[in-house]
Amino acid sequence: MAKKTHVATTINGEPMEFLCEARQSLLEVLRDNLAMTGSKEGCNNGNCGACTVLLDGQPVDSCLVLAVEAEGAEITTVEGIADDSRLHPIQQCFLEEAALQCGVCTPGFIVTAKALLDRNPTPSEHEIRFQLAGNLCRCTGYDKIIRAVQDAGKRMAAEARGASTTTNGSPARQQQKQAT
Amino acid sequence: MAQAESHPRKYKVIGTRPVRHDGADKVTGRAIYGADLRLNGMVHGKILRSPHAHAVIKSIDTSAAAKLPGVVAVTTSADFPDLQDKIADLGEGAVNLAHLGANVLAHGKALYKGHAVAAVAATSPHVAQEALSLIKVEYEPLPAVTWVLDAMKDDAPLLHDDVYTKSMGKKADKPSNIAAHIHFEKGDVEDAFAGSDLVVEREFKTASVHQGYIEPHVSTALWNQDGHLTIWTSTQGSFTARQQTAELLQVPISQVTVVPCEIGGGFGGKIAVYLEPVAAMLSRKCGRPVKMVMSRDEVFEATGPTPGSSMRVKIGATKDGKLTAGEAWLAYDAGAFPGGVIGPGCMCVFSCYEFPAARVDGYDVLDNKPKTQAYRAPGATQAAFACESVIDELAEKLGIDPIEFRLKNAAKEGTRRVDGPVYPRVGFIETLEAAKASDHWKSPLEGKNRGRGIASGYWFNIGLKSSAAANVNPDGTVSLLEGSTDIGGTRTSVAMQLAETLGITAEAVHPKVVDTDSVGYTDVTGGSRVTFATGLAAYEVGRDILRQMCERAAILWECDAAEVESVDGEFKTKDKRMTFAELAGKLSQTGGPVVGRATVNPEGPTNGFGTHIVDVEVDPDTAKVTVLRYTAIQDAGKAIHPSYVEGQMQGGAVQGIGWALNEEYVFDGEGRMANASYLDYRMPTALDVPHIDTIIVEVPNPAHPYGVRGVGETPIVPPPAAMAVAVYHATGVRMQELPMSPPKLWAAMQK
Repeated sequence: MAKKTHVATTINGEPMEFLCEARQSLLEVLRDNLAMTGSKEGCNNGNCGACTVLLDGQPVDSCLVLAVEAEGAEITTVEGIADDSRLHPIQQCFLEEAALQCGVCTPGFIVTAKALLDRNPTPSEHEIRFQLAGNLCRCTGYDKIIRAVQDAGKRMAAEARGASTTTNGSPARQQQKQAT
Repeated sequence: MAQAESHPRKYKVIGTRPVRHDGADKVTGRAIYGADLRLNGMVHGKILRSPHAHAVIKSIDTSAAAKLPGVVAVTTSADFPDLQDKIADLGEGAVNLAHLGANVLAHGKALYKGHAVAAVAATSPHVAQEALSLIKVEYEPLPAVTWVLDAMKDDAPLLHDDVYTKSMGKKADKPSNIAAHIHFEKGDVEDAFAGSDLVVEREFKTASVHQGYIEPHVSTALWNQDGHLTIWTSTQGSFTARQQTAELLQVPISQVTVVPCEIGGGFGGKIAVYLEPVAAMLSRKCGRPVKMVMSRDEVFEATGPTPGSSMRVKIGATKDGKLTAGEAWLAYDAGAFPGGVIGPGCMCVFSCYEFPAARVDGYDVLDNKPKTQAYRAPGATQAAFACESVIDELAEKLGIDPIEFRLKNAAKEGTRRVDGPVYPRVGFIETLEAAKASDHWKSPLEGKNRGRGIASGYWFNIGLKSSAAANVNPDGTVSLLEGSTDIGGTRTSVAMQLAETLGITAEAVHPKVVDTDSVGYTDVTGGSRVTFATGLAAYEVGRDILRQMCERAAILWECDAAEVESVDGEFKTKDKRMTFAELAGKLSQTGGPVVGRATVNPEGPTNGFGTHIVDVEVDPDTAKVTVLRYTAIQDAGKAIHPSYVEGQMQGGAVQGIGWALNEEYVFDGEGRMANASYLDYRMPTALDVPHIDTIIVEVPNPAHPYGVRGVGETPIVPPPAAMAVAVYHATGVRMQELPMSPPKLWAAMQK
C-alpha cells in the first residue's frame, strides 16, 4: 500500500489534518476520509461541477485537485455555506424558487454561485450563465437556478448595505461589503 | 373513483408554492444519496466490463484477483441461479428475467462494450480496481452492429440464437435481431390516401441518447448472516428493485429489504437493476456490506440509453386542412436484449390528431448497445419528431397556419387513437389556444438566419399502485409515509394533497419516503404517476383520517358520528366546533392514536398534451444553433405546486433541446461507444439555453379528486420537432436527422 501523506488544511473555517494517499483526490478525501459527503461525484473528471469547492476562495472541481495539494489551503464546501442558525441567501433562494429537483447537482451550484456573488452580487443573466456553465444540471433546465442566483445576489447586496450600518456583520458579509 | 369538481374550486394549499420538505437537507449537503452511505465494515465492489461490443466469453479466470491482498470476494454469472425465460411484471413494463440476469452479468457472451463480466469486492475501491486488471477473460470477438437498419438485415451479426420475431401473436421459424413486430390499423388507409389532396412522406433517423442523470448508479448490499438481504440504493422504485433482485437471486421477496436513498435523477434509467444483485452476491460471499458505485463512463457504456431510430411517416390531408390518413413505419433499437420502447412509440406517433384512417408498423430490434431503458416519455420523442415535422410541412404546403392546422385536427374527447383507446376529456386544444394567445407567438421574430418552430406532443401518464399511511400527531401535524422515491419534489406535491384534504398547512405534513418493509407496495416513480397516483393515495389517507376523527369528535361531544362534519380543517356539529389541531390533541382521551391508510390502483392514462414554441438563430458559417426564446405550454390538469410543474416543463424542454442539437452515442468501427464522458457527450449547459417560459393550462383530469394529470414526461416530446421546424425557417433546410449538430446541419445547408 502506498505510503500516506500528512496534510494540514482549513475546512469551513476549522483547522483540519488528514492522512491521504498520493493518488487520492480532494473530493475522495472529503467524502471518504472526512465523511463530508455534501460534495458530490458526478463524473470524476471535471465536467459536471457537482464536486465544486472553494480553494482559497476560487471555485474548483475537487475531483481534479489532489488532496496533497490542499496543504495550507482554505477550503469551503457546501457544508460551510450556511451560518450556524440560518441558511445562506443563496440556499434560501434555491428553496423559495424551487431551483432544485433531484438536488444532486445543487451543492456544486451553490458553491459556484457563492464564488460569483461574493465577487459581484449583481451579475447579469449572461454572467451567471457563463459562470455556472461548468456545473451540469439535468433536471431543471437551469431557468430557476439562474433566477435564484440573481435574487440571492440582490438579497446579499441588501444585507451588505444593512450590515454597513451596523458593526457586527460576519466576516463573510464584511467581504461582500468590500466587494460592493 | 373520485370525481373532479365540475366547477373551479378554491384551494388553500393546492396551487401554492411552499418550500419543499426535504429542501434544507439538499441545499446544505446533508441529504444522503446512495453514494453518501457509509456502513461499518463496508467494502467496495467494482465491475470488470467487456472491451468488445460483441464477443463470446470463452473463459474467465479470477484466481489471481482473488489472491490480491485486500480482495474479499469475486463473482461471475456462474454464481447466480440459472433463470428460465420467466416474465416479471415491474409495473411500468414487464421484463424477461433471464435477459435481465444476463444484462447484470454476461452469460457466455458479451453483447455491448461495457457489458458486465465479473465483479470484485475489496477493502478499498482502488484495490478493487487493481484486482479487475488481474482477472483473465478469454474473448472471441464477433462482428458488431449498432445501427438499427443494419441490425435488421438478414446477414447482420445475430445477437441471440433464441430470439424469434414475434408478430401478431405468431413466432417466426428462425432466430432474428427483430424481436417483435407491432401493427396497428384503423380505417381503410389506401382509400383514405387516395382521397387526399396532398400527401407528404418523409424518412427520419435519430441517434441514441442517454438520460444523463448527474448521479451515477450506486448500490450497497448487506447479506446478513441470518440470510436477510438489505439493499440501500438510488432507484426509481424500491419495490421493483426488491422484486428484480429477489428474482435474480431466487430468494423470497420477504428476505429482501430495499432502503431507498435520495436519488440524483432517473428519467426512466433507474428502474432496471444493475448493481443491486451483484453487490448482494459479493456481500453473501464476504459477509460484509458491499458498496458499488459506477463511474461516469460506466453509466454511459452500460446503462440507459434510449433507442436510436429509423422512421418513415406519411400523412395525407385535404386542401381545406383536414387530415385523411397516416402511415408510420418505426424501427427502434432495443440494445442487447428485447423489450425496447417501440410499443409506446407506435401508440404515440399519431396520438395528437384525429386520423380517419391510419396504420403503424413498429419493430423492436436488437443491436450491440446497452439494453435500452425508458427515457422520459419513452419512444414518444422520436415519433413526434417524425410526425410533427410532416404535420408542419403539410401545413406549410397547404398555406395554413400551423396552429390552425393542428386545431382543425386536434385529438379531443372521443378521438380514437390508432391503437384503440378513446380519449376522455383532454386538454390538447387548450394548449394550442394558449400557444396562439401567447406573447411569444404574437411577437414577430426579426433578424437574419432566424426561425420559429412549433410542435406538439403527447404522453399517456399512468396510474398504477401506490400506498401511503399517515399518523396524526398530538400537536396537529401529520407524519406521512409513502413508497414513491422523490426525484423532483413529489414529497411536497403529495403532502400538499393530504394537507388540502385535511384542511391543514403543507408545513403541518411531514412526508417520509420509507423502505419496503415500512409502507405498502408502491410502483415506480415513473410514467408521470407520483403526483397523480400517490397523490390520490394521500387524498384517500386524508379521508380515512377525517372519518376516524369525526368519530373521535362524536365521542367527545357525546353525539352520533354522522352529526359531525369536517370542513376546512374544522370539525363541527350544529352548535360545536373544534380545529384539527385541537382534536388531534385530544385523541389519547378518545381511544388512542389515529392512523390513516390507503392503497390505490387507478387504471388508464391521464393523457398529457403539450405544445412548444422556439426561436433559433443559425450561424451560416458554422451551423451552430442558438436558442433565442422558448415557451412550453402544457395541460397539467391541476398544478399542485406550480413551481415544480414549471420545473418539469423547463427541464424536459432543455433535455429535448440537447437531444435535438448535440446529444448522441458515437460508435467507432468496432461498435464501441467513442464519447463516454460529459465532455464528449454534449449535454446543454446553463450557457446553451435561454430562460424557458412556461404556460400551465389546467383542464382537470376527471379521474382525480383535484384534477391532477401527470406532468413529468410530456415536456420532452415536442422539442426536437419544434427545433427542426425553427431550423428550417432559419436555413431553408428541413432536417430529418437528430442530432442537428453543426457538422450534420452544415452539410445539409451546403446542398
